[in-house]
Amino acid sequence: MLKVENLVVNYGGITAINNISFDVPDKQIVALIGANGAGKSTTLRSVIGLTKPKSGSIEYNGESIYGLDSQLIVSKGITLTPEGRRIFANLTVLENIKIGAYLRRDEDGVKSDQKWVYELFPILEKRSWQMAGTLSGGEQQMLAVARALMSRPKLLMMDEPSLGLAPIIVNNIFAIIKEINKNGVTILLIEQNANMALKIADKGYVMETGKITAAGTGEELLNDPHVKAAYLGAAAGKKKGRL
Amino acid sequence: MAGKILRNNLAVAVLAILLVILLVYVYASTAIKMPGSVFLQHLTNGLSLGSLFALIAIGYTMVYTILSMINFAHGDIFMISLYFAFFTLSVFNMPWVLAFVCVAALTPIVGILIERFAYRPLRDAPKNSVLISAIGASFLLENAATYLFGGRPKVLPDIPLLSRVISIHSVNFQVVSIVIPILTFAILIALINFINHTKTGIAMRAVAKDHEIARVMGVNINRIISLTFIIGSSLAAVGGFMWGTRYPGITPMMGVMPGLKCFVAAVVGGIGDIKGAVMGGFILGLGEILIVALFPNISGYRDAFAFILLIIILLVKPTGILGSKAREKV
Repeated sequence: MLKVENLVVNYGGITAINNISFDVPDKQIVALIGANGAGKSTTLRSVIGLTKPKSGSIEYNGESIYGLDSQLIVSKGITLTPEGRRIFANLTVLENIKIGAYLRRDEDGVKSDQKWVYELFPILEKRSWQMAGTLSGGEQQMLAVARALMSRPKLLMMDEPSLGLAPIIVNNIFAIIKEINKNGVTILLIEQNANMALKIADKGYVMETGKITAAGTGEELLNDPHVKAAYLGAAAGKKKGRL
Repeated sequence: MAGKILRNNLAVAVLAILLVILLVYVYASTAIKMPGSVFLQHLTNGLSLGSLFALIAIGYTMVYTILSMINFAHGDIFMISLYFAFFTLSVFNMPWVLAFVCVAALTPIVGILIERFAYRPLRDAPKNSVLISAIGASFLLENAATYLFGGRPKVLPDIPLLSRVISIHSVNFQVVSIVIPILTFAILIALINFINHTKTGIAMRAVAKDHEIARVMGVNINRIISLTFIIGSSLAAVGGFMWGTRYPGITPMMGVMPGLKCFVAAVVGGIGDIKGAVMGGFILGLGEILIVALFPNISGYRDAFAFILLIIILLVKPTGILGSKAREKV
């Protein structure tokens, strides 16, 4: 579905992404794991057109979306739940959900999708008239996901959905990710919580300082000794761990 | 909850203003024995001047909300609108309604052009660069107007329907003094409804919060920003036209002082809040007129009122009367 080849991105004067290639097959969950500053977020930003890449190719369903304007890319069925959630704090919860469907013209479809996201996140329905800025962190993350789903995406890219959330809410979010995937949405997931991400992923990539250093199925990576040592906090690798 | 407090804030501020007006009236009728009808006349004048300020201040506050910049050329857009009024009324001899429509339609073009060529290329530049560009745009408009139309004042023809004086119970006022506040409130209500209840309005608020994520939602932010300038400039044009019926002399530098005062009005009300801008406009308009009416010997300082108020507000409540730092959980 999404195919990235030889992508190079400069960000703030340094080469943030140095010649990476990966692909996201249709209807799968793909996890991109790695430490802070490895270039994961920049990768997603380049795919959706918020950061202009230097070279390489990005293909979506066989069509190049390299260098297109975000608005155009989004209209093709890609969306992003950004790092730090970035919900519109000055809008109500309902307005946040509505603006997710900004490009859609099918009002009935929008209404039924609104029902669907309220079923996924019942708390949002209770808070629909509240200003989004007053929600708790977990609720804001749910709202960010709900907002993204309202565009009826084919490919949902999620940037650190578990960041800063209590473990019980993290579990909740991951269960929802699986649920969304079952509904036919392809997911590209960025996580520092490598363990959780690889467990639900069909396919995983490991990024280190702008390069992809390992790839495999989620299970293969979970059992990879290097990945274990560096990202999964195995005893032998504690000193190399992300903390 | 936040909405409730905000509404209370508004109510409190309106009550405070009414109370001050009442106190001023008591002072006027006892200390200087001003007849009630004269006071009412001053009040009407203050309200209509305040509405004019409000119309222009809305433009400042809307652009600030969307781009976090002060559009210093706004006062000069107001000035240009008066020249448009002069040309449509005097040179092309249009009936005033048609001229009014033309002015309201032509002025936004100037606003769009300024945004397109002075601000958009600097979208990702540091805020200071945009500010300097705004000051440059302001100078450009002033000097272009001087070059094209000359520095000598042009006089707008009289519009009999608007400038007619009517008297009710020995209170004399121009029709325009009544028309302006009504028009301002109608525009305010329409604008607030537009921003709160339409899809484009929601998109506008989203762009104000976060340009990047608004783009990810599929919002064409350039179009939203252009729309903001269209609304701001057409309100300045409405204000300009009405201004011209009250103060008919037009010069290329005439936008500077009203521009500055309306900027002050937007800051006093709480920049980023449309209701605040309108309230700030009224406070400034009423304050200016009443000070001149009650203390004729300091009337030379009428322009100072706005800036003294600005200093006080910045010291006491820097976010303005209605402004509040949005509390956000992170």
